[in-house]
Amino acid sequence: MSDVDPSEVIARARSFADTGLAPRAAEFDRDERLPADVVRTMAAEGFLGAAIPARWGGLGLDPLAYGELTEVIGKACASTRALLTVHTSIVAGTLVDLASKRLKEKYLPALARGERIACFALSEENAGSDAAAVTTTYTRKGDTFVLNGRKKWISFAGIADLFLVVASDHGTTSAFIVERDAPGVDTRPMSGFLGNRATHIAEVAFADVEVPAENLVAGVGAGFGFVVNTALLHGRYSIAWAGVALAQAALEEMCSYATRREQFGVKIGTQQLVQKMVADAVTNVAAARELCRRAGRFLAPRTADAAMETNIAKYFSSTIAQRATSDAVQVLGGNGCWSGFPAERLFREAKILEVIEGTSQLQQVMIADFGYKKYARKN
Amino acid sequence: MHDEAVVNMADVTVADAAANIRAYLRENMTAFKDVELHDEDNIFERGFFTSLFAMQLLHYVESTFDVEVPDDYIVLRNFSSVRRLADMVADLKSPSGE
Ligand SMILES: Cc1cc2nc3c(=O)[nH]c(=O)nc-3n(C[C@H](O)[C@H](O)[C@H](O)COP(=O)(O)OP(=O)(O)OC[C@H]3O[C@@H](n4cnc5c(N)ncnc54)[C@H](O)[C@@H]3O)c2cc1C
Repeated sequence: MSDVDPSEVIARARSFADTGLAPRAAEFDRDERLPADVVRTMAAEGFLGAAIPARWGGLGLDPLAYGELTEVIGKACASTRALLTVHTSIVAGTLVDLASKRLKEKYLPALARGERIACFALSEENAGSDAAAVTTTYTRKGDTFVLNGRKKWISFAGIADLFLVVASDHGTTSAFIVERDAPGVDTRPMSGFLGNRATHIAEVAFADVEVPAENLVAGVGAGFGFVVNTALLHGRYSIAWAGVALAQAALEEMCSYATRREQFGVKIGTQQLVQKMVADAVTNVAAARELCRRAGRFLAPRTADAAMETNIAKYFSSTIAQRATSDAVQVLGGNGCWSGFPAERLFREAKILEVIEGTSQLQQVMIADFGYKKYARKN
Repeated sequence: MHDEAVVNMADVTVADAAANIRAYLRENMTAFKDVELHDEDNIFERGFFTSLFAMQLLHYVESTFDVEVPDDYIVLRNFSSVRRLADMVADLKSPSGE
């Protein structure tokens, strides 16, 4: 058991977010890079191992505490939060759930300490929502698997040491941990994104890359049904909290501005049309946070309903984040459209959440199917 | 709704397991797939379920039959039909299975 006090971890995260992240987030966004000192501090504070069990060297936070940590970091800087999403939630979370003991021992302690950074290489030019369509291939060769292909849009691939790669062998999909310095791995940075601009997104090419057989995650053929779904479950839980974070930040921006800015001789916050935007943001943020907590309660003992509850939380919170951040831009008027205020950055970041980890449309498809099964009267 | 009761039989026969699994799959089939399910049908290939269901199935197997599915058993093939699921459960339940 871990003797870590979650409230103390969150207090430290809040302090770092307020002093080390929020004042610099605009600069990270503009420069399209997360400085190494930020990654080092996230590692030294244990945040990069926050959700990894103590036996593997992490802080062992439960899903609720980890969600709150994600909100605290995400409210200050979306790109830093994205590091938590891919490194801690997606890759480490998937290894904890599915990897062999040997693979866990090989990588989890270094991931927990943040000595090595990991990213998730699923998407390709022609495999986005249809993730099962990956064309990166693997073939068995003695004690190794040989990978060939090209991944696109991979967050943190520019600086990561490890890649969780999903590949296919004539329709049988499997997942592997590939080390960056393996011969044949090549990354090419991508730039010009709407949001998540400081997440070192890159394309990754694999040319006859040999991966030791022990780096297979779960069994051959577990790639899509198990590994991708586990990864996306963790990723969606993180993104759900990221939506709460952005919406909360937007709410604070609009309330602060509306109580100061005067037009027509009165504070704009006294105008009923402005009050509507504030009231909706207050209500939606509270509702989204409760949906995230509800998903967290389903995730803690890993119940069968955890995946759908997480989809619902991700769908709702990314939708309301888009709405709240758009309203923040509206309340700030011209200042909302200018990079001298955070509103426009929050607005750009929120849109990303409706696209990544399963687009809103894919969430709608899955949630509707769940609805029919659960709520259609049987007689 | 599927209740989370553990199946208490010390030796789950393939037939016992298959009946339980069949009922669970029927309850959870994708809406609008009003078709018959045979024990040999590949449930994922025939589009009866979303791929998300694989994880749910893993949880169901572990909690219902009180087994831990070892990582090298976690391959879609073992989860792909009533028959294969039932065989896996019987295997994991047998004294030499663990
Ligand atoms: C900032 C950023 C970071 C990313 N990081 C990563 C990463 O770290 N690792 C990684 O693997 N990938 C990453 N991605 C890729 C991301 O996962 C994909 O962009 C996402 O899955 C959507 O795929 P797509 O872009 O190919 O869109 P498409 O799948 O082409 O979708 C385009 C539109 O069609 C709709 N659509 C598609 N299919 C359906 C359907 N069946 N029903 C209804 N509507 C549908 C979609 O909802 C969407 O509106 C990242 C992307 C971005 C923007």
